[in-house]
Amino acid sequence: MKFSPQFEQRFEEMVSHYPTRRSVLVPTLLYAQDETGYLSDEVIRELAERLELTELEVRNVISYYSMLTTRPRGKYHVQVCTNIACLLRGGEEIFEHCRQTLGIGGGETTSDGLFSLAEVECIGACSWAPAVQVNYDFHENLTREEMDKILGHYKKKGTQ
Amino acid sequence: MADVNITIDSKPVRAPGGTLLIEACKKAGIEVPSFCYYPNLSLQGACRMCLVKIEKMPKLQTACTTMITEGMTVTTDSPEIHQARKGMVELLLGNHPLDCPVCDAGGECELQDMTFSYGAAESKFIDIKNHRDEQQWSPVVYFDRPRCILCYRCVRICGEGMDVWALGVENRGVNSIIAPNRQDHLECEECGMCIDICPVGALTSGAYRYKTRPWEMKHVDTTCTHCADGCKTTLGVRRAPAGMEIVRGDNRDKSGINGDFLCIKGRYAFDFAHHQQRIKQPLIRKNARLTPASWEEALDLVGKRFAQVRDQEGGTRIGVIGSNRTTNEENYLLQKFARLVLKTNNVDHHRTADFPAFAAALAGRGDRTATMREVYHASAILLIGNDPTNRHPLLAWQIRNNVRLHRSRLYVINSEPIKLRRQASFFAQPPAGSEARAVEFLAGEEGAADALATSSTPAQRWRDLREKLRSEQNLIIIFGSEIRGRDLEKLVKFGSTLAQAKFVCLSDYANSRGAADMGLYPDLLPGYLPLNQGTKFRDDWGELPAATGLDLGEMIGIANEGGLRALYVVGSNPLGRLPIDPFLLSKTFIVVQDMFPTETAAIADVVLPAANAYEKSGTFTNTCGDLQLVRKAGEITGTKPDFEIIVRLASAAGFDIRKLVPFGKRGTHADMGQSRGAQAGEADRHAVWLEAHGLEPKLSPFDPMAILDEIERLVPGYEVSRSNLLAGNDQHTTVEGPGMWHDPALIIPARDDLFTSGTLGRYSRLLNSVIEHRQGVPAGEVVAG
Amino acid sequence: MAFLVSHPDEVKIVSQRFGLGAISIDRYLELNGYKAIQKTLAMEPDTIINEIKNSGLRGRGGAGFNTGLKWSFVPKQAPKPKYVLCNGDESEPGTCKDRLIFEHDPHAVIEGAMIAAFAVGAHTAYIYIRGEYRYLSLIMQKALADAYARGFLGKNIFGSGYDLDIYWHGGAGAYEVGEESALMESLEGKRGIPRIRPPFPAVVGLWGGPTVINNAETLASIPHIILGGADWYASLGPPKNGGTRLFCLSGHLERPGVYELPMGYNLKKMIFEVGGGIPGSRKLKAVVPGGSSTPCLTADEIDVPMDFDSLMKRGSMLGSGGVIALDESTCIVQFALRTMKFYQHESCGWCIPCREGTDWLKKTLARFHAGGGIRKDIDNMLYLSENMLGRTFCPLGDAAAMPTIAFVKKFRSEFEAHLEARGCPFEKAGVVEQLPVLA
Ligand SMILES: Cc1cc2nc3c(=O)[nH]c(=O)nc-3n(C[C@H](O)[C@H](O)[C@H](O)COP(=O)(O)O)c2cc1C
Ligand code: SF4
Ligand code: SF4
Ligand code: SF4
Ligand code: FES
Ligand code: FES
Repeated sequence: MKFSPQFEQRFEEMVSHYPTRRSVLVPTLLYAQDETGYLSDEVIRELAERLELTELEVRNVISYYSMLTTRPRGKYHVQVCTNIACLLRGGEEIFEHCRQTLGIGGGETTSDGLFSLAEVECIGACSWAPAVQVNYDFHENLTREEMDKILGHYKKKGTQ
Repeated sequence: MADVNITIDSKPVRAPGGTLLIEACKKAGIEVPSFCYYPNLSLQGACRMCLVKIEKMPKLQTACTTMITEGMTVTTDSPEIHQARKGMVELLLGNHPLDCPVCDAGGECELQDMTFSYGAAESKFIDIKNHRDEQQWSPVVYFDRPRCILCYRCVRICGEGMDVWALGVENRGVNSIIAPNRQDHLECEECGMCIDICPVGALTSGAYRYKTRPWEMKHVDTTCTHCADGCKTTLGVRRAPAGMEIVRGDNRDKSGINGDFLCIKGRYAFDFAHHQQRIKQPLIRKNARLTPASWEEALDLVGKRFAQVRDQEGGTRIGVIGSNRTTNEENYLLQKFARLVLKTNNVDHHRTADFPAFAAALAGRGDRTATMREVYHASAILLIGNDPTNRHPLLAWQIRNNVRLHRSRLYVINSEPIKLRRQASFFAQPPAGSEARAVEFLAGEEGAADALATSSTPAQRWRDLREKLRSEQNLIIIFGSEIRGRDLEKLVKFGSTLAQAKFVCLSDYANSRGAADMGLYPDLLPGYLPLNQGTKFRDDWGELPAATGLDLGEMIGIANEGGLRALYVVGSNPLGRLPIDPFLLSKTFIVVQDMFPTETAAIADVVLPAANAYEKSGTFTNTCGDLQLVRKAGEITGTKPDFEIIVRLASAAGFDIRKLVPFGKRGTHADMGQSRGAQAGEADRHAVWLEAHGLEPKLSPFDPMAILDEIERLVPGYEVSRSNLLAGNDQHTTVEGPGMWHDPALIIPARDDLFTSGTLGRYSRLLNSVIEHRQGVPAGEVVAG
Repeated sequence: MAFLVSHPDEVKIVSQRFGLGAISIDRYLELNGYKAIQKTLAMEPDTIINEIKNSGLRGRGGAGFNTGLKWSFVPKQAPKPKYVLCNGDESEPGTCKDRLIFEHDPHAVIEGAMIAAFAVGAHTAYIYIRGEYRYLSLIMQKALADAYARGFLGKNIFGSGYDLDIYWHGGAGAYEVGEESALMESLEGKRGIPRIRPPFPAVVGLWGGPTVINNAETLASIPHIILGGADWYASLGPPKNGGTRLFCLSGHLERPGVYELPMGYNLKKMIFEVGGGIPGSRKLKAVVPGGSSTPCLTADEIDVPMDFDSLMKRGSMLGSGGVIALDESTCIVQFALRTMKFYQHESCGWCIPCREGTDWLKKTLARFHAGGGIRKDIDNMLYLSENMLGRTFCPLGDAAAMPTIAFVKKFRSEFEAHLEARGCPFEKAGVVEQLPVLA
């Protein structure tokens, strides 16, 4: 299993921050996923070994956290908040709009692998609702037109 | 902690401070309902069934997580509490498939009980229940998610209790699900502890599923017939066309030395009893082929033939090989039969531990032997050799949980990194095969330290270890068959320098210890008495052959030269288990008494179909010396218990069976009217003894209790409380006799693991399916972690 | 990047450096940064704790516990190391304030954590930031590195002989992990399942050592209290509710945004003046005053001071400062459903009442909203919620039950209207196409 040098460096450093090795697990899983797209059996095995855990323990942890996935997602993961503050300002409509524009449902990935779509819980942008996160980027105060622009932007970026 | 006073439902209760409230309630006779609480497992507070009212606390509190403090005032039932619990049950039922009529747990389900208690059956929910298909995780374990109430008992017993950690929880919220360690299947010790502890029917066993309903079974407490640890197991039996069929094994009555524990063998590997290859009719070799015959014909043939050899060539031309799996009474009877009826001391068995040396080393200090229960409570344990996790599952459980719950210190000396090192406070790894050297070092041979040094355990660490051990009080020293003969003597000597040290000598089969204790030796009478010290027995039995007999190897050795004309093999498969060339026995008349067509049975002249330990009554002695009852559960038409077969053979050989088994109103002597020796003129001592002990004279020659009486009377170390024993309690026996130093090479370990059980294991479909399921799994440590 | 707003009624303490570039350590120093810690290093730990106690600062994470009092529970002598843990998991729907603090003033959180650590005698602190806030994690990591580079962290800080390490830690998507004991589990690399309490974290926390857990805003307030004094801080709000707090105004408002207002500020004013009132000509229907977990107030009930005790008296809670305005176009059933969907999704699943209860409430509300409701459902929902209340393993169960009870009780007629209409009588919530231009 090969991770980037930055990953390795960060891993080494983080492990030294805690009295137990497994403490780095949650952030490390997210960093690993950022590099590999999803948490494959191989990644799980590798991290389990490094942290002296069973694969089962690692899987148990992964399945608890909603950002972590053991299945590939799109290059751009479009996460539409539909929680209450966003609901009041059109979160569901934005989600519906993304569904139609991308031609996929929540939890699905476009056939070109570029986009995946998810309805998510509050992302901490309530005062700027409705809000969407594409990977880690926040997009707020959205309208359908705004959303079109954003998707267009990623599509361009992704196909360059 | 000091006692505190609390009030529960207006009753004053005194208990040590820090006791869990739920336990304090139990002590006061008040049952607080619980799903997730389980004694000796970590606390969860998850099911919220144990909610009670504690004065001055606004919210209801969980009795399972609250520790009592002085002055606490508790109410365990009120309309509010009742409603809270009812609410929990209603919620559980919301997603619970109400398939009780077909569920394996139906009738012994804790959720069913609670539903009944709290009147929560009327459903408030009309929405669709969440569904998942049932999964098979292994040949043993099936999981049905909708029935699971997420009490996490299974996860904890597997991890905390078994140190296997094969179960976890995946997902969260209502999607939470118990998950096996290999995504869609389990790789574990298959002990079934999770199934046993599951309060509902979510985990079920492949061995029992949908076979029967609890109330259709009869339950028989008996002792496991596999390894030498002697777990109490409860067999569920049901009438079947060919007798009584065993359909389930478990330990619902947790009173045995094993408490909550059973391994896969004790719990599920009873199925050998119904294996299709079970011999159900005597077989006699006719025209070179084993041919079915009647019992009368077979017994008559064997009895006469034995008598003939004895009378014409002498008893020394007959050999007897006994069993590690027959009862004490049968073993005792067998050597008595050999010595009295066949007039031979050629008696032996497959020896897996050097008990005669143990007896010799202890030199009468039988009180230095530890019980299986003591292993769970000892403040410190030294384990030398063996791999209890694989070979002594119960012992391993006792050790692990002693460390976990009582913070016992465990010292391990083993050339292999055995799994119990994980519980060890000190693990010393000598070079391969040099456990005995380690004993020499402990006993004071300074020079041995260098020979023991390895990269993981340098010489200094060995010295540290010895220092630490020397400061231990109440140490239990447990050793495997690596330690034999004079090494054993050194070990006992070392132990004797410590305050209160006790020993456990590990043997391999269910009644290996009993076989040794009962004198299945060519040179030792029961209780490790050398032949020339057997006055006690001579007084009782009459004249015995004086010359030392042949051991197993010697018997085989002379067989081919015509030195052994007849060989009687009872419940043993030397050809299958020991390196013996069958050709050597081609000239000997061989009688095999067994359940299956084993390698040894295949060359026999007569095969007598025997009942196994689950099909008869008697006693077993486990490797620690704990004496326990074996009770009849199953029955296969056509077979007979070894006890009965031996008595009938004696009779067929023309022997007066009253001399063999003290039965009838006046017992052996009275009936023989004998008056001789020191006790001349004294009334029947057997009858006197029985009366003195408030026991009934035995009326049937096939009642093993008659022999148990004799064992208690004559075998040193077996003077136990009969009433306790009959009540189902284990009784500790000790190793008392003078013992003997034997050739250490006579010990041949069985090398069984969790999923094998000598020849017997080969006839367990369940064990085989597990072995198959595990193909490709590296041997050794079952689990990571 | 989040937009900043302002209003004349604001009292900017925690937000005083927002928009001023304090993300740079030099700028932070110019703006009074790292002065408070230097001051505290010369103080007695007990004095510090008393100062915080007297300031009336109450936890900004939701429960509103007096911060100084919490610190005082940490044993002076402990066999295991002590820790400070900053809770930056911010996930309560309606709450988006810690995000602004991390974005604009990360050093204030660090400095607050330093003061807390020194006061309780900890030598290690962690700043836990939810996984979704990656850009804030980067900001925090940089801020920590800068502080180390200046020698403000590590050995012998400011020549005091006191050693302190502060590390960043990240989550990966789980609301429940914001609950303090689940937070520790998560930090220890486990599933976010809460722990049995007692013992409380201040006594037995991370790896068994005493641990002070505070919300990011709570910690960011600390340096200001040290510099301005307890009396000054306490005087900003009503008794026992010291200081100011960041209110996150959201929902049907003209000027949603995060405003720093004194404790006890009137809610009605907050909605109609600070938040600019309801867009269009629609009327206010209800306000969720402190994040999704707090029982809603009807439009008639909002003339109330926004402090912990006053709201408690009105049967609601100040919570995490998320003020959500619902106008008359809102379907309460739909709103209740979306709220419950959240709790059902975020329940850790550990205990029966929350795991099963949230699922059943969600199912029932969904069916009900879609027109499949029956009359019995309304009382069943109340029955079920009341059975959850106070009986779960952690407060998430209460957080799910309390708002539901309020919705059903206060808007029963709306539920009934769904029965009569065999569906939702409301228009869809509707995108506010023309958002007021902010910033
Ligand atoms: C379900 C749940 C979620 C919570 N989420 C957060 C959170 O995201 N951030 C936070 O600071 N506190 C959260 N809390 C409150 C914490 O448990 C804890 O009270 C708080 O971090 C203490 O800090 P404070 O005293 O400074 O408020 C949550 C509580 C519960 C029950
Ligand atoms: S499978 Fe059984 S023991 Fe395990 S959590 Fe579910 S109900 Fe409890
Ligand atoms: S540990 Fe031994 S005695 Fe106990 S159940 Fe297993 S095989 Fe039987
Ligand atoms: S109330 Fe129970 S199930 Fe819900 S989050 Fe807390 S512990 Fe988990
Ligand atoms: S509700 Fe959507 S960001 Fe908070
Ligand atoms: S038994 Fe107490 S919560 Fe389950």
